[in-house]
Amino acid sequence: MTAVAARYAELRALDVEVLSVSTDSRFVHKIWQTDELERMISGGVPFPMLSDQSGRIGEVYGVYDDAGGVDLRGRFLIDPDGVIQAMEILTPAVGRNVDELIRQVHAFQHVRATGEVTPSGWRPGQTALHPSPDLAGAVWKVWRPEAGH
Amino acid sequence: MPGSDDGCVSAARGPIAAGTRATPAQAEEREVRAVTARVGAQAPDFEASALVAGGFKNIRLSDYLGHWVVLCFYPGDFTFV
Repeated sequence: MTAVAARYAELRALDVEVLSVSTDSRFVHKIWQTDELERMISGGVPFPMLSDQSGRIGEVYGVYDDAGGVDLRGRFLIDPDGVIQAMEILTPAVGRNVDELIRQVHAFQHVRATGEVTPSGWRPGQTALHPSPDLAGAVWKVWRPEAGH
Repeated sequence: MPGSDDGCVSAARGPIAAGTRATPAQAEEREVRAVTARVGAQAPDFEASALVAGGFKNIRLSDYLGHWVVLCFYPGDFTFV
């Protein structure tokens, strides 16, 4: 959470809102914020912290772990039409990579704005592809995997 | 501070059936439990109570239509990863 919070300004600049969700109550969120998070992040976690005490939201998103009674680490990128464009679900011991989240936001926003498609590992400024019949069998002319562009 | 007296934050409704943006009284707003989240599909709507800017309020995912949203589930407060 704090890793995402530390990059929040960058996400807001891309018109991304962050909503965190766990099975803790809103009261527990508040004490975590005031007792710990505010000491790690100036002003505390800046985005809404949601409570899914019944696990029912996690169930619908396929992240609720019945045995542990918790929501697993799941990240869903949702576009302005409310469509899920990306999802990633990890077991609890491994944290997320916020760099990869932000890279995906750039890529999905590029696709949405241009209709181009982005090859593996694409970053802003690199070559994106125009899907067309002519591109079939000709990707090698415009994109090399080892160069990443 | 928004909703700082809390006492009356109404119970959040959790998952909400697609296509129903209705009041709790309306019967078609039935409970949803099956996994319906898939890439390329509409994100399942829900309402949850939340800590926002130091206060408490209920938040609905569909309030954010028109913007990008990152929805981050995590196993619990006071964990460290």
